[in-house]
Amino acid sequence: MIRAEGIYKSFADLEVLKGIDFTFESGKTNLIIGKSGAGKTVLLKILVGLLNATEGHVWYDDRDLCKMSKNELLDLRMEVGMLFQGNALFDSMTVEENIRFPMDMFTNRTYNEKLDRVNYCLERVNMEGINNKYPSEISGGMQKRVGIARAIVLNPKYLFADEPNSGLDPKTAIKIDELLLDITKDNDITTIINTHDMNSVMEIGENICLLHEGRLAWQGHKDEVLENTNETLQDFIFASPFLQRLKERALSKTPNS
Amino acid sequence: MKLNILYHIGRYVQWHGMIYRFPEKWSMYYKETIRQMHSIGVGSIMIIFVVSFFIGAVTAVQFIYQLDGTFIPRYYIGYIVRDMSIIELAATFSSIILAGKVGSNIASEIGGMRQKEHIDAMEIMGVNTASYLVLPKIIAALIVIPLLISIAAFVSIGGGYIATLYSGSFSSEEFIQGLRSFFEPYNVFMMYVKAVVFAYILTSIACYQGYFVKGGSIELGQASTRAVVFGIIVILIADYIIAVLLTG
Repeated sequence: MIRAEGIYKSFADLEVLKGIDFTFESGKTNLIIGKSGAGKTVLLKILVGLLNATEGHVWYDDRDLCKMSKNELLDLRMEVGMLFQGNALFDSMTVEENIRFPMDMFTNRTYNEKLDRVNYCLERVNMEGINNKYPSEISGGMQKRVGIARAIVLNPKYLFADEPNSGLDPKTAIKIDELLLDITKDNDITTIINTHDMNSVMEIGENICLLHEGRLAWQGHKDEVLENTNETLQDFIFASPFLQRLKERALSKTPNS
Repeated sequence: MKLNILYHIGRYVQWHGMIYRFPEKWSMYYKETIRQMHSIGVGSIMIIFVVSFFIGAVTAVQFIYQLDGTFIPRYYIGYIVRDMSIIELAATFSSIILAGKVGSNIASEIGGMRQKEHIDAMEIMGVNTASYLVLPKIIAALIVIPLLISIAAFVSIGGGYIATLYSGSFSSEEFIQGLRSFFEPYNVFMMYVKAVVFAYILTSIACYQGYFVKGGSIELGQASTRAVVFGIIVILIADYIIAVLLTG
């Protein structure tokens, strides 16, 4: 479980986050959603420790991220995996070397042990047999999967994903979502996904945090989205006329409505 | 402007505290150092060779012209080319060339990693990126650049020798006699002091510019340019300081 407690963040005069309180639950896919500029990425970076909050605390279970010593922070890093929006795969390394990198850096496993783990992670993301390919030689969707494989290689307790579906076609995006959901369930980890993809919200949104102008505008489960009357949520989710028509049709078929 | 310079100097010094930390894993740093030695060393031999050869040759031709009709012994040309190469030309010229070639390369590499979130990815993993990305480059440069400068000194003297022979008015023996005259081993020491200092300057400034780059491709280009410009300026200032300190 990760808890954001009174998070404020300013860049010079610009106040980006204005007091966010939210609990990201373990064993669930927690989604941070919101329009561009709502503060999603800033919140994610604060949660993961890449940015310092101007005010507030981030709790990893009972550990305060803001008060950790360097060694404690290093221990925490071993429990965290992250998938970046642009994948952040190292161009000069092969897929295998990319996934092996955290193990090379922080473990004393033998090469064969590391190779076994790499192959397991690649299998987990359905990408067997591409060990010797370079990131530039595989598609965007494959890069995302490799990014996930690298993020889970050290068996993290906390998994972060920044816009995992950006630049992907809807089918591939759904597969990535399903993969993240499966990994979350199988390993009972806390997964936090920063997205503005509606499919993701409706498919894997088990605990949703909607940000609007730096504030928490709504929180809840994907099943509550359709019938909820929160204006910001409805504006965000059903922004296009097409989705509005779909929503009306769905509601008209619901016996209770 | 003044405050801006002070800010960068302060951050540059503070950043060194992050570089010199105990490595997470020695073997990874060793591998990276070897890779950088190859990149900096092998990748720069050709340009160093060509530039040094012609610098030595031009030095010889200019001094043949200057000494013509004077009472200065003709063999002095070998002595002048040798000492010019060892004391100044090999170290300073090569370092300026390397500030352009290696400096811009390093700034672009690290800056590109910053922009593509590679550095963030490493930070999340728990890697001390300032150390892992910078220390191997500095160590590699401190080993390889003095070697490149040694090569530059030899090639420069060779260039002077060939230019002297082809001038038609000097013999090979005269040049070699000059080379063997008034040799001061201290000058070689001075060359290596310069080599080490310049190697550190050009690498660390380039790494600094790349590491703290913000924005997009325009900013990356600007950082790369700053790495070269500041690298060269600081090398020339250091050259003057070393000259004053070691010859005073």
